[in-house]
Amino acid sequence: MTYFSMILYGILPYVAVFTFIFFSIYRYISHGFSYSSLSSQFLENRVHFWGLVPFHFGIIFVLLGHLAAFLLPGQILAWNSELTRLYILEISAFMGGLFALAGILAIFLRRWTNPKAKIVTSRMDWIVLSLLFLQILSGLGTAAFNSWGSSWFTAIANPYLVSLLQLNPQINYITPLPWIVQLHIVCAWTLVLLFPFSRLVHVLVVPNPYLWRKPQMVRWNWNRNQRFI
Amino acid sequence: MNIRSQISMVFHLDKCIGCHTCSIACKNIWTDRKGTEYMWWNNVETKPGTGFPTKWEDQEKYRGGWEKDGNKLRLKSTGKARIVANIFHNPSLPTMDDYYEPWTYDYQNLFNAPQGDDQPTALPKSMVTGKYIDIEAGPNWDDDLGGSPLYAQNDPNLSALTEEQKQQLFAIERLVLFYFPRICNHCLNPACVASCPSGALYKRGEDGIVLIDQNRCRGWRSCVAACPYKKTYYNWTTGKSEKCILCFPRIETGQAPACFHSCVGRIRYLGVLLYDADKIETMAGKTDRELVDAQRDMILDPFDPEIIRLAAENGVHEHTIQAAQESPVYKFVKVWKLALPPHIEYRTFPMLFYVPPMLPVISSMDGEARKNMADGIFPDFDQARVPIEFLSSLFSAGDSEKMRYVLKKEMAVRTWRRAKTVGDISLEKAAGMLKSADCTVEEAEKIYHLTSIATLEDRFVIPPAHREEAIEMLNDPLEYKQHAGFGFREKPVRGL
Repeated sequence: MTYFSMILYGILPYVAVFTFIFFSIYRYISHGFSYSSLSSQFLENRVHFWGLVPFHFGIIFVLLGHLAAFLLPGQILAWNSELTRLYILEISAFMGGLFALAGILAIFLRRWTNPKAKIVTSRMDWIVLSLLFLQILSGLGTAAFNSWGSSWFTAIANPYLVSLLQLNPQINYITPLPWIVQLHIVCAWTLVLLFPFSRLVHVLVVPNPYLWRKPQMVRWNWNRNQRFI
Repeated sequence: MNIRSQISMVFHLDKCIGCHTCSIACKNIWTDRKGTEYMWWNNVETKPGTGFPTKWEDQEKYRGGWEKDGNKLRLKSTGKARIVANIFHNPSLPTMDDYYEPWTYDYQNLFNAPQGDDQPTALPKSMVTGKYIDIEAGPNWDDDLGGSPLYAQNDPNLSALTEEQKQQLFAIERLVLFYFPRICNHCLNPACVASCPSGALYKRGEDGIVLIDQNRCRGWRSCVAACPYKKTYYNWTTGKSEKCILCFPRIETGQAPACFHSCVGRIRYLGVLLYDADKIETMAGKTDRELVDAQRDMILDPFDPEIIRLAAENGVHEHTIQAAQESPVYKFVKVWKLALPPHIEYRTFPMLFYVPPMLPVISSMDGEARKNMADGIFPDFDQARVPIEFLSSLFSAGDSEKMRYVLKKEMAVRTWRRAKTVGDISLEKAAGMLKSADCTVEEAEKIYHLTSIATLEDRFVIPPAHREEAIEMLNDPLEYKQHAGFGFREKPVRGL
């Protein structure tokens, strides 16, 4: 059992992160063409809205919450020290999760029932969708049955993640946790592992330069420095 | 002043016979692949009609092009603020239903069908899902249906007409139509480029061709929504957008694009225009009625020594300047003012210009008898089958005076040539018509020459691209000796 736990919580994270970094870069360099959002909105427009919008906004909100809990544990604890504020944080995080859940269900339904959307759904898409579904469900389950995760995250997940960063994985932070939380963690590392081989890579190429570039773009064969109007 | 050169185009609509050879030439070369079956980089529409995709001119529906927001220009479909909220679901994206679902036929059924009382048929089969479908729309679905209530009456340009004009238009028993071939306009102020979140779309500095970098495109689909002419298309297989590339591999080797080269009616002209890129922003902000002149103002005189000097300073090759001097497009657009841009009120400054069709009603049937509509050979163009307001809604942002000027000149040249060759009109009368149409005899002869008997070299004046010099600055040409193809050499497949 400990060997198994060691593999899941002590080795898988390193494999996942290394694969993520190495193959994302490798794919970008050698198969740059394959980096795309692979949108299917063109084929089905109506359910698309009810799936993609709640899912993305929900999941981004929740992910930012996880990041905040990791980077600013002190501040989160201080915020949670008052009961009303703890409720506000937990309820809004839960709402974010519910949005993501509703979205992913709509995405599942859409890809399964619409023949055109189904055609452009690959095996990897189904795997990623299922993992995301499990991930959201186990996250919501954790929040519902193992209350006040925003507080105990700092005491359990933070030292675990820090120990991973220090190359000295302390898996005994994780092993006593309820199964649903463990599922959440394993799912997360698996998603990181599959990330560079799936459509998830579109996250890496989100269009940030658009917000500060000039509207028109010109490329020259001659003057290489004259890229913009 | 920032002088650039632009490969520009003129389509002479009076000569278009609607044969679709251009569309087929393009399709066979560029869009005969999975995911691109529904794309028509070149298509020919019937006007009045709804076009492709259906009602593309209705910008309340598609939200393409630019709109004025006080003194500033902004994209109608998206912008820096809205791009973040709309990145997951583009609210103005047309779907496949607005084009059509591509299909093939189950030809095997012709051979394998069990014996029965009826002839077996080849059933239509979707090229997306592979399932049998009922065809609901297709390329050129409303071809030649000008005047039909189902399609022609939904033409967005008809809103420029009065009820009476509409009735007249449709009264001549379903006969009123002209053809409107369309490719990417390779605009000076392209909305597709400005909308691309990834910066994948760009205008080539040397010749102004607008391209999508397939390696940088991430399929956010903003360009499809932003282009008011709906000339960027989303490839649903590769998850990348594609558009007309003006056959740049052909242009770079001195050949006209395939649609130009194959044109049966020889309606197409291609040449260089020099323009001042610094003026684009101010000119695009003018009022609708000023836009046609504003665009003409931006186009510079390639014979002016000062312009030549500044162009050369800005890196325009002397061969390109030479080509600009011989450009048929320059003559049609700037010298003779015969060619007008399509829907310039979208403010993208399209660089494909149209010589509008005259469509004279020569005669009508009065019972069994043929009745001449006018006392002369050619009737007054105010009696044209398609009202001037309709044409001006298409080509001059609703300014019917500009359209009248063009039609008057076209008519005068035609009358002049008839007087010379047939002789049933007096030369004096024809010369008088020329004069009142702001046209001299020499100009009329030149217009006639370029319109009717121009050779391939007259119609397509393509400057040498000098890619060999450009490539030398970047790579050793010997390194690429015996290599095949161009661009990146990766299989265009979906994802990994």
